[in-house]
Amino acid sequence: MSGFTVPLATTPDRPVNGVALAVVVVLFVLVAVLGFFAARWRAGKETGLHSLDEWGLGGRGFGTWVTWFLLGGDLYTAYTFVAVPAAMWATGAVSGFFAVPYTIVLYPIVFLLMSRLWSVSHRHGFVTPADFVGGRYGSRALTVAVALTGIVATMPYIALQLVGIKAVLTVLGLGSAQNALLTDLPLIIAFVVLAAYTYTSGLRAPALIAVVKDLLIYLAVIVAVVYLPIKFGGWDNIFGAAQTKLDAVSPATGKPAGVFIPGAASYSAYWTLALGSAMALFMYPHSVTGVLATKSRNTIRKNAAVLPLYSLMLGFLALLGYAAIYAGTKPIDLNGAVNPQLVVPQLFLDNFPAWFAGIALAAIAIGALVPAAIMSIAAANLFTRNIYRDLIRPDASPRQEAKVSKIASLVVKFGALIFVIAMDQSAAINMQLLGGIWILQTFPAIVAGLYTRWFHRWALFAGWVAGIIYGTVAAYNVVNPVTKANFGGSIAAIPGTNVQVYIAVVAFAINLIVAAILSLVFRAMKLPDGKDITRNSDYGADENDPKVAQLQREYPLGESGGSRL
Amino acid sequence: MSTPDLPTRGPARPGPYIVAGVLLAIAILVPLFVPAYSIDQPRFAGMPFFYWYQMLWVPITAGMVGISYRLVTKEDRRRREAVRGARTEGVEQ
Repeated sequence: MSGFTVPLATTPDRPVNGVALAVVVVLFVLVAVLGFFAARWRAGKETGLHSLDEWGLGGRGFGTWVTWFLLGGDLYTAYTFVAVPAAMWATGAVSGFFAVPYTIVLYPIVFLLMSRLWSVSHRHGFVTPADFVGGRYGSRALTVAVALTGIVATMPYIALQLVGIKAVLTVLGLGSAQNALLTDLPLIIAFVVLAAYTYTSGLRAPALIAVVKDLLIYLAVIVAVVYLPIKFGGWDNIFGAAQTKLDAVSPATGKPAGVFIPGAASYSAYWTLALGSAMALFMYPHSVTGVLATKSRNTIRKNAAVLPLYSLMLGFLALLGYAAIYAGTKPIDLNGAVNPQLVVPQLFLDNFPAWFAGIALAAIAIGALVPAAIMSIAAANLFTRNIYRDLIRPDASPRQEAKVSKIASLVVKFGALIFVIAMDQSAAINMQLLGGIWILQTFPAIVAGLYTRWFHRWALFAGWVAGIIYGTVAAYNVVNPVTKANFGGSIAAIPGTNVQVYIAVVAFAINLIVAAILSLVFRAMKLPDGKDITRNSDYGADENDPKVAQLQREYPLGESGGSRL
Repeated sequence: MSTPDLPTRGPARPGPYIVAGVLLAIAILVPLFVPAYSIDQPRFAGMPFFYWYQMLWVPITAGMVGISYRLVTKEDRRRREAVRGARTEGVEQ
């Protein structure tokens, strides 16, 4: 049961579980049909999906219910469902259970920030967070920095969704250690289908599929959380087994294998991981896409009060990692090594009838398709609006934008596919870890901009550079104690101290300090401010207020100057 | 500034925003204060305190966000009516 490589004498090829596989295939086909059908859903206008508002934001008309499913499917990804219990199984609370406080403090933050972003985007027709930064600061460098950070951070996130599907396929017995093409073929098929319906239906496809996926996930988790503790003789036994495993001293490092309940030395790591991740999540372009697709200013606020139901489910799912310790689940990968990511799929397959395990596995696999679709749409929108339109074709029509975005979404997805197939899985995980650190560096530009123009555009840019450099170097210097590889984790000491914290938070603090000091310096130097096309009233506008385009028709001589200039 | 910056909302009354702000601050800060809950006892249904206490905060936070939503939306509606009511009268004159 140790977390290290256990070579097996027998061939590691797994038998195919026919019943479970059949259930997965049937549900997958159902979802694919739904994905193509979504193109017609709520598409009342004769314009079709020929603009980013329609293709990339689902018509900007999702109400509370659809948004609940869409954001639930978007934020609680398949990789989360696989990785969080895997982390619990392997190293315990600090690397796994922090996901619970993370997804608790997330929602007050969302409540505070996101309705302002919705309002200003509604008024100005912004599609991406970089659009807003561009409108607010009039700085091309800052816009491109935010857009590129978003794209680069999203790509490995998409790749990790594939890792989630791969875990399911491996457990189902699809794949062989000898034939790599055979192993990857089902993954390629799944992704081609996903790419096709995302291309056709845009954001409507994941929105509709999310409903199916979320219902399946809730069903699987509720049944598992009620049934498994009864089967294993209560939570007492499960936590007892977990404590024994995690407190056992590992011969390789001379330290305990994991953390059952964090001691004083881990407090700072635990809360900074939770807070930093919560602040970063809604800087990701796919989260913003989900917010901007809602139909009113208040939809996202209402959702901040009801989305925590997913956090509760995630908490119980995390505990299934401990249930797997008690059950003695053996997550053996095709190459015969232990792969913690197989823990949850294997747990379901070992302890439930094949048909029910099939439903749970399908829920995870479909759960990968929803965020992968939204992420590729969000990254494609960033490329279209903030690179293609801002830098290459300023006069692009909405129709051209939609066309470019559709193609970009294909490129992004196949990039992720190649990433997962050609490179080691740990490359995707490392990149995702870096992506989390990088995306938080766009927080000052986006969030401060929602409230104030006090920061100077070049100061924000310099802060972004400083944060990215520190974060990357610090993450590189974390060495895995067992494999001696770089990028071994996301926790490092604050420079000059012994306090272990999430690297992203220190990078963010550096970013903010640099931005603040340089703002004072640049203001003193009278370095020109960019043009701010937003006004104070924009940040409180709701769906009944006219858009700026309409206001300008009513006041044709109007020059939309910044209210603070 | 040749275009008037037409306000979308009337002036705010601070009360609801202060209450909502305090609720949201509690919902962010308390779950992050690890020393308060990194203990094993008392257990609940076999779960150590560390685990069930954090899970318990999920519905508590949801409740606080829900109350904030009601407070802020009500005040928001009043502020909008203050502006829109005045504007409609202006058009009719």
